[in-house]
Amino acid sequence: MGSRKFTENLFKVLMLLSLVLILSTLVGIMAVIVVKGWNAMSLSMLIETPQGGYYLGQGGGVANAIVGSLYLAFGASILAMLISLPAAFALQREYTNRRFADATRFVLDILWGTPSIVYGAFGFTLMVYLGLRASLLGGIIVLTMLMLPIMIRSMEEVIRMVPPELKEIAYALGTTRLETTFAVVFRQALPGMITAVLLAFGRGIGDAASILFTAGYTDEIPSSLLDPVASLPLAVFFQVGTPIPEVQERAYAAALILLAIVLLVNIASRLLGRRFSKNIIR
Amino acid sequence: MRFPLLFVHVLFLAIGVGLFLKAWPLLAEVPIGAILGSESWHPLRGDFGLYPFIMGTLAVTALAMAISIPVCLLSAVYLSEYAGTRIRESVRLAVDILAGIPSVIYGLCGILVIVPLVRELGEAIGIQTTGYSLLAGGIILAIMVAPFIIALTVEVFRTIPIEARESALALGTTRWEMVHHVLLRHARRGVMAAVVLGFSRAFGETMAVLMVVGNVPQVPGSLFDPAYPLPALIANNYGEMMSIPLYDAALMLAAFILLLVVSVFSLGAHFTLLRIGRFGV
Repeated sequence: MGSRKFTENLFKVLMLLSLVLILSTLVGIMAVIVVKGWNAMSLSMLIETPQGGYYLGQGGGVANAIVGSLYLAFGASILAMLISLPAAFALQREYTNRRFADATRFVLDILWGTPSIVYGAFGFTLMVYLGLRASLLGGIIVLTMLMLPIMIRSMEEVIRMVPPELKEIAYALGTTRLETTFAVVFRQALPGMITAVLLAFGRGIGDAASILFTAGYTDEIPSSLLDPVASLPLAVFFQVGTPIPEVQERAYAAALILLAIVLLVNIASRLLGRRFSKNIIR
Repeated sequence: MRFPLLFVHVLFLAIGVGLFLKAWPLLAEVPIGAILGSESWHPLRGDFGLYPFIMGTLAVTALAMAISIPVCLLSAVYLSEYAGTRIRESVRLAVDILAGIPSVIYGLCGILVIVPLVRELGEAIGIQTTGYSLLAGGIILAIMVAPFIIALTVEVFRTIPIEARESALALGTTRWEMVHHVLLRHARRGVMAAVVLGFSRAFGETMAVLMVVGNVPQVPGSLFDPAYPLPALIANNYGEMMSIPLYDAALMLAAFILLLVVSVFSLGAHFTLLRIGRFGV
């Protein structure tokens, strides 16, 4: 009996240790980024573009990367939404037969798991084929591809949660499929839809590998869709590798800003989801 | 209404076929076995041996999984069988946040914390190392896949009916004995699927690993040697590839291999999870 009790307690301790390990990595990562980033942070970091280029340092901030990242992520989110909304509804029973829907879900799952460097490689090939250079447009196209599976799959999960009875009631009242979709299903699923978009947005704004060659990098703020564009993840990646302290500071600041944006998006999606779900019938 | 769904299929096909066609000029010239098995990587001489990179990818991924799996399994068991609702929910929040942290941030923490730590560890046991090594890459990758594996495993445990647990406990087992003999046995397939998906996630991770792993094209001989995984190879060599013949084909072949491996893993995990009653991931 004693040894059984011992095993039980041993594993309990191991489990708690594992949990503490996981939680402390989270705390550790946050602490490192916040402390390093905070020391590097100043107003000029937020509102100035880098002075004197990336090899020379000479002050300035990461405004180019902040604006660039927002351009990229918002552009891609809107584009991905335009495709994801109809796709998520089309996956439902009313519109598509089960086998085709299942096959599509499977392809989406593969696409979700596809490494972002593969999207980057493919995107770059596509752009060469189309004669595009590394630009805001190219970055948006590749990020859209990356966001699509995340957005469609999570929207679709939400739509499937809508109770079928609601739809049946609507049909019984004589509505068409499309009317039911818009008036009943869409409204019920709205909070989840917003969460899905925010989830994809958060993933897109943090991704570096896919835009490494498709969005380019520049010290300027882009003025057209065909200009190259800087981004926060790449600002971290490029600038941390230099031996110049001023430039490294910019990397730390960029990392803190990026982390703050991702956390904000995370919190916002939870709060919005909770707020809108008040009117949802379950 | 099928149009947006067809778009998804076309996108997938375009990625697969596109990469393959770009890799074809190399495949047509050099037999595939010679590319995958050769250790010689000298693009200027036209030698495109991917062997060191494939071994680098496998080594760093395997190391990450070896570190991550025990910790993740133990955490997941605790969350699903021992923890109260409040602890479970707050840990879930933490795991969600970990999953959302961009990979360059993991990479930055790796450079600032893990790499110096590995360097000191190496010195402590008498090995000269810069710290940019297989071990550093494995540790960072282990942290990155942990939230993914934990979330999936907890969900798999949830599909095990409560009666299975109750009947074991009613026979007088301790909780751990129940977990060991009933829960883990029932959830075997699902846990495997979660691990495989974690593996494929780790397989393609680029930026964080690239930043700490050292990037020397050799087969790593020890934990403290640098490695050079496939994704890092692609990321590092994009700029110059256009000027050297067949260079782009070699890199696209690397990308195609990544896509192929991940697809095969997804296929396996998909059908395993499907069988235990959970569709998709």
